Amino acid sequence: MELVVFLITALVSVACAIAMILSKNAVHSALFLVLNFSAVAILYLLLHAPFLAMIQITVYAGAIMVLFLFVIMLLGAEQGEGNDPIRWQQPVAIVLGLLLLAEGGLVFFRSGNIIPTPGNGTAFPTDPGATGGIAELLFTKYLLPFEMTSILLLVALLGAVVLTIKSREKEGAS
Amino acid sequence: MLRVLILLVQSLAVFLIATTGFAYLTLFERRLLARLQHRIGPNRAGPGGAFQPLADAVKLFFKEDITPTEADKVVYTIAPALAMIPAILLFAVIPVGGPFRLLGQGTPQTIGPGLQAAGTPLQLAPGISVGVLFLLAVTSIGVYGITLGGWSSANKYSMLGGIRSSAQLISYELALGLSVMVPVMLASSLNLEKIVENQGPLWNVLKPVGFIAFGVFWLASSAEVVRAPFDLVEAEQELVGGYNTEYSSMKFALFFMAEYIKLIAVSAIGVTLFFGGWHGPGVERLYAAAIQQNSGLLFNLAALASLGYFLIKLIIFLAFSVLVRATIPRMKYDQLMDLGWKRLLPISLATVAVTAIGAVLIGPSVPFLSRLFS
Repeated sequence: MELVVFLITALVSVACAIAMILSKNAVHSALFLVLNFSAVAILYLLLHAPFLAMIQITVYAGAIMVLFLFVIMLLGAEQGEGNDPIRWQQPVAIVLGLLLLAEGGLVFFRSGNIIPTPGNGTAFPTDPGATGGIAELLFTKYLLPFEMTSILLLVALLGAVVLTIKSREKEGAS
Repeated sequence: MLRVLILLVQSLAVFLIATTGFAYLTLFERRLLARLQHRIGPNRAGPGGAFQPLADAVKLFFKEDITPTEADKVVYTIAPALAMIPAILLFAVIPVGGPFRLLGQGTPQTIGPGLQAAGTPLQLAPGISVGVLFLLAVTSIGVYGITLGGWSSANKYSMLGGIRSSAQLISYELALGLSVMVPVMLASSLNLEKIVENQGPLWNVLKPVGFIAFGVFWLASSAEVVRAPFDLVEAEQELVGGYNTEYSSMKFALFFMAEYIKLIAVSAIGVTLFFGGWHGPGVERLYAAAIQQNSGLLFNLAALASLGYFLIKLIIFLAFSVLVRATIPRMKYDQLMDLGWKRLLPISLATVAVTAIGAVLIGPSVPFLSRLFS
């Protein structure tokens, strides 16, 4: 049963990822990406991580992609521009993508079973739905990366504010 | 196999109840609005207008289904479904009543924390450990129907409605999520049944932090379901009809249904999170008596009473929503953004902080306050 669900979900997520890259219309691309995110959320559920699955849908499929759609619609950028202004990035992206795939494959085949089962792994909360376990790990074992991520987000937020202030000053001067 | 069959029947039942609920909510709203405006309202079809929803449905069925030539056909067709599906999905995790006992089920043993285990829960998907997050996730998906409906119609007014909806939903989702966290923190669980059980002694809305959180929740959820006074998405005076201008026949009906079913759903969520869910005077005692006398009949009577309490609370919620629609004019766009970002978000952040401090520091050390923070 689990295998069947996994196969269908994996197929959907890969197909959506490919369709997202290939579709000409930016809104269609965004929709395929939403479907891909949802499929990934189901994969998380299969890995006994319901909390992560729900956050994946709320944050990525819900909030971020709505923002994407909003920007695409507001700019009227559905069809995109004729030719890519940064031509060199396409080959580089292909090479880097293949490298990432190779690395992932290597890690996967080297370390046998990388999927933790609930209960016996140390870094895995016993009750997958209990946020207490996740919070404890975040604030003890992974405190440094967690705080660094939050500082990074704060800096990005401040950066966005600073950028709008600069453009506003220019408008005032001209 | 049998479990799948039972689930299918249950899902169908939820679907039918939700759509019937929608049909009669429209009648309820039209009649109540008419009363508030010194009119009579639809009263011709059937006794007191009872068949009016049926007549409306027939009318919508037989209208011509139009697709604009310039429209993005596929997206235009799936948009109403994308609006409808999340609206119905919300009902899956809401506990609408206390547990009941099927024939031949073992004797009810315990009361209190283990009450859910004593019978079959009155809920489609019981025991979901992340129930509250499921609700938030599904609500956040709900915006796609409106946004895409507006975009795919190839109509400037529809498009403006769609853009407004995505901006509005992003703005209010944060406040909504934070206000929902207050009952979660009070019950220290994301499970909706546990949140309901936690309110047995005292409803969340009667606790100070819960009261403020409820205020934020109510405003933010009204904005999430684009209900008046937050219905800028379909402002007739500015946008012809808003995102659904080009839609007709059953596609339009689906949008209309989604809107009202979402309203019922968020009202049910409000009842569950802040107004004690199915708790009411006497229900606990009935359950206790049923377990003491080991009586299945009494147990099911208690379940029925709890369902009744839930429905009464839900109807009061919906009536209040109609009242607000009749009395408060639509907001301007800048007022909407101001309220969301400058008022509700800071208030809900502060409430969450106070709840956390209260639950960890004040609650355990000051005994008579502990009930207000748990």
